[in-house]
Amino acid sequence: MTDQRKFNYRTLSSDEPDNLFGGAMPKALEAVLITAGALLISVLLVAVFFLSAGHQPVEVFHTIYRGAFGSWFSWQNTLVRAAPLLLTALCTAIPARAGLIVIGGEGAVVLGGLCAAVTGFQFLGAPPLLAMTAMLVSGCIAGGLWIGLSGFLRHYRGVNETISSLLLNYIAIAVLSFLVFGILRDPATLNKPSTHSIGAGNMLGTLGESSVHWGFGFGILFCVLLWFLCKRMTFGYELALVGGNPRAARLAGIPVGRVILVSCLLGGAAAGLAGAIEVVAVHGRANASLAAGYGYAGILVAFLARHNPLAIVPFAILLGGIQASGGLLQRAHDLPDATVAVIQGLIFLVILASEMMYGKLRFPRLMPFRSNTTLKAT
Amino acid sequence: MNQSTYDTSLKPAHRAANSKLSPSQASTPISTPEAVLEAWHISKRFGELQALDDVSIRLRSGSVHALLGENGAGKSTLVKCIMGYYQPDSGQMTLAGKEHLMQNPRAATRDGIGMVYQHFTLIDNMTVAENIVVARPDLPFAVDWTKEATAIQAKMEHMPFQLDCQRKVSGLATGEKQKLEIVKQLLLDTKVLILDEPTSVLTPVEADEVLGEIRKLAVEQGLSVLMITHKFREVMHYADEVTVLRKGKLVGSVNVADTCPEALAEMMMGTRLEIRPQPRVEITGAKPAKLSLHQVSVENDQGLLAVNGIDLCVGEREILGIAGVSGNGQAELVAALSGQRSLAGGAIRVDGEQYVPTRKQIAKHRVYCLPEEPLRNACVPELSLALNLSLRNYDSPETAWFRKIMRFGVIRRRVKKLIERFNIKTTGPNEPIGSLSGGNVQRAVLARELSEEVNVLVVANPCFGLDFKAVRAIRNQIMEARNKGAAVLLISEDLDEIMELSDRFLVISKGKILHESRPLEADIIEIGQAMAGQGQTMSSAKPTEECAAWQSA
Repeated sequence: MTDQRKFNYRTLSSDEPDNLFGGAMPKALEAVLITAGALLISVLLVAVFFLSAGHQPVEVFHTIYRGAFGSWFSWQNTLVRAAPLLLTALCTAIPARAGLIVIGGEGAVVLGGLCAAVTGFQFLGAPPLLAMTAMLVSGCIAGGLWIGLSGFLRHYRGVNETISSLLLNYIAIAVLSFLVFGILRDPATLNKPSTHSIGAGNMLGTLGESSVHWGFGFGILFCVLLWFLCKRMTFGYELALVGGNPRAARLAGIPVGRVILVSCLLGGAAAGLAGAIEVVAVHGRANASLAAGYGYAGILVAFLARHNPLAIVPFAILLGGIQASGGLLQRAHDLPDATVAVIQGLIFLVILASEMMYGKLRFPRLMPFRSNTTLKAT
Repeated sequence: MNQSTYDTSLKPAHRAANSKLSPSQASTPISTPEAVLEAWHISKRFGELQALDDVSIRLRSGSVHALLGENGAGKSTLVKCIMGYYQPDSGQMTLAGKEHLMQNPRAATRDGIGMVYQHFTLIDNMTVAENIVVARPDLPFAVDWTKEATAIQAKMEHMPFQLDCQRKVSGLATGEKQKLEIVKQLLLDTKVLILDEPTSVLTPVEADEVLGEIRKLAVEQGLSVLMITHKFREVMHYADEVTVLRKGKLVGSVNVADTCPEALAEMMMGTRLEIRPQPRVEITGAKPAKLSLHQVSVENDQGLLAVNGIDLCVGEREILGIAGVSGNGQAELVAALSGQRSLAGGAIRVDGEQYVPTRKQIAKHRVYCLPEEPLRNACVPELSLALNLSLRNYDSPETAWFRKIMRFGVIRRRVKKLIERFNIKTTGPNEPIGSLSGGNVQRAVLARELSEEVNVLVVANPCFGLDFKAVRAIRNQIMEARNKGAAVLLISEDLDEIMELSDRFLVISKGKILHESRPLEADIIEIGQAMAGQGQTMSSAKPTEECAAWQSA
């Protein structure tokens, strides 16, 4: 093994252990590799599912691609569905940075939409800009307070935030039904009880010539802003401390309860905005179609993005695409409506299982003799 | 070592006490018929640390044998060797006269050695009977629960503790859980029972009940018990013999009847106080008080008062040591000073002003803290070294624009300087702090706490488990901080460390201050008495001379 010595100049030049040849991985690369691997495995599992349903997986995947990203029309469809996912994913991602697992996005969407619709009815004759601002802000406030309640219960009363936020979902949906079937019902809506319309003039417009509404822009904006907050501002650092080790956070004098509460308020506000946008840009009134599962799909997006607000953008578009292709799957392959839910469920399972791979992945030792021991030997 | 080493315990009274504690000829182990378990010349090394150095112990049949020593003295390592969790580097063991190989815990269980751990190993949502059955080494594939339950119930009649087999473990009180652990071992036909600090989770009443029954079992049924503890009272009341370890070495074995708590404390701490004071900037006259505690009380996790009305005062350029056996309120006191626990009563004052450890006040009064186990108490293991080292100043005007937007470039440069100055061994500022070695984590946290000019420094067991070089470096840093003018509160279980560093020291016992002295005037007997919990509580009103200036101001 005399040729070992030939390579030592590389290690000699640096005091740092040579990471590329046998050793722990940089965190970002690890996350990318594991997520990509998990997606690959879920594609295989989904393929097995298609096979069992009697379909050629490659064909079905091609159909999904066509339905999601195949044409400008399907792209628009995808982005419209991605818009609420961007915001509901933030509802899980921001509290997750403080160590909380909040799955109450659905409830915040519903209440945000309901409040926006009620506000919109009050602002019927007002200038559109004022009315829109009022509706969106009221949605944010409603969603923020809803998830904030979960955070409050967690910190001050010791209630598990996952359970409480999940149950709050059901309460929110029940509140919506109660009001929409009752005092807030527009008598004109017979088949699908809804609130009064916010008026066509106060609806949020679309981006340029497309059918993609401004909600998508708000979603991207929120992701970027919260990314900046989490990754570049002192509050994000405090979030990381509280999420990583509350003892260390207390040692630093950080008010742990307040940080947890603010993270929940922010996440809830994002989901509430998603609900408000659904009302202001899509439905024009609040009804049962607010509870369309955006809150739950957002949880999956947040986990795929590993709670990084910027990484939410591509994954929300991916999930939006899968949802958008549902109709085409039905028409082209006669697959049931639930196919999309099955795909999402499989991805979620694999992503959760892939969590255990963190810290276990190492670079293969391409050349076994290039290690730190040679550094000491020379 | 050019500094003088001298014996402070030359008093005649003390000599007399010393003669009582002649080690029981550990060097000539002779297997005696009544010895049920003997371990000879056990040595175990973990890397740099010699955890056990030629330790021998003899456990007589039907007796309770206490194993006494400070944290890190090697008690747990010794019993883990006996149980077969660790394989000793050298040494042998006999069980009832026959050689026993310390291979694995299963072999120990098979040969009748059972251990009750410090923390419960019960399954909370199972019943008592289920827990007992599950503990059996030869569990059948299918369990006939009714048969097992009646069998256990029948055997339970003869047990010292009666437990309802159908109750769920989650509904048991702490004392009952400890009893269940012991019953579990007894039902496994255990002849030698090893207890690892059996009373650390119990209230005093529960502890007395459990230990009383253990003693009865030994006397009446011939059970042999080896009990790890660091409570003198339990040794004196419930043990027949006691073996003392210190820093991995055997100090001696004595009959409890022939000894007293003071003598045991002395064995634990060492008969010779090695005082090698560090070079320090001496100042004379009254020192202005920086940190003072007034009737401070702190609760522990169980809601009991762990710190009970402490008064103390640390002056400028002073290191005040707090010595004591672990578990007497030190951890809670540090947590209260660092903001991790709120006060149950009393007040903390810094520079004469009321102090509550919020971020604003910490920054204003520059009160910094190096708690014990810094990775658990003061770091986020998965975050980078750079971010962990910014805990104190991430929102200062230099490291953050408008105190809000972090400037990572500045932080990285600052951290690189700290790494160099404090000689932290790492691959760089981006390495997660959790992957550093223990000594380097300690150095890193100390670097962080000393990176700003420090006014009051609280340090707890800063050198626990570190090698010689790291110990030197860290003690030098603490002394340097003191010489620059900081008030240092040093809480340590290592008396040598207190003697080396402190200007003045107190002894804490059961959450109260029982003794005050200076290293050069230290009286080992009085310290031992105070550590054993005997002595007058320091009068709360009594101002120390250092603080007189502040009191009158």
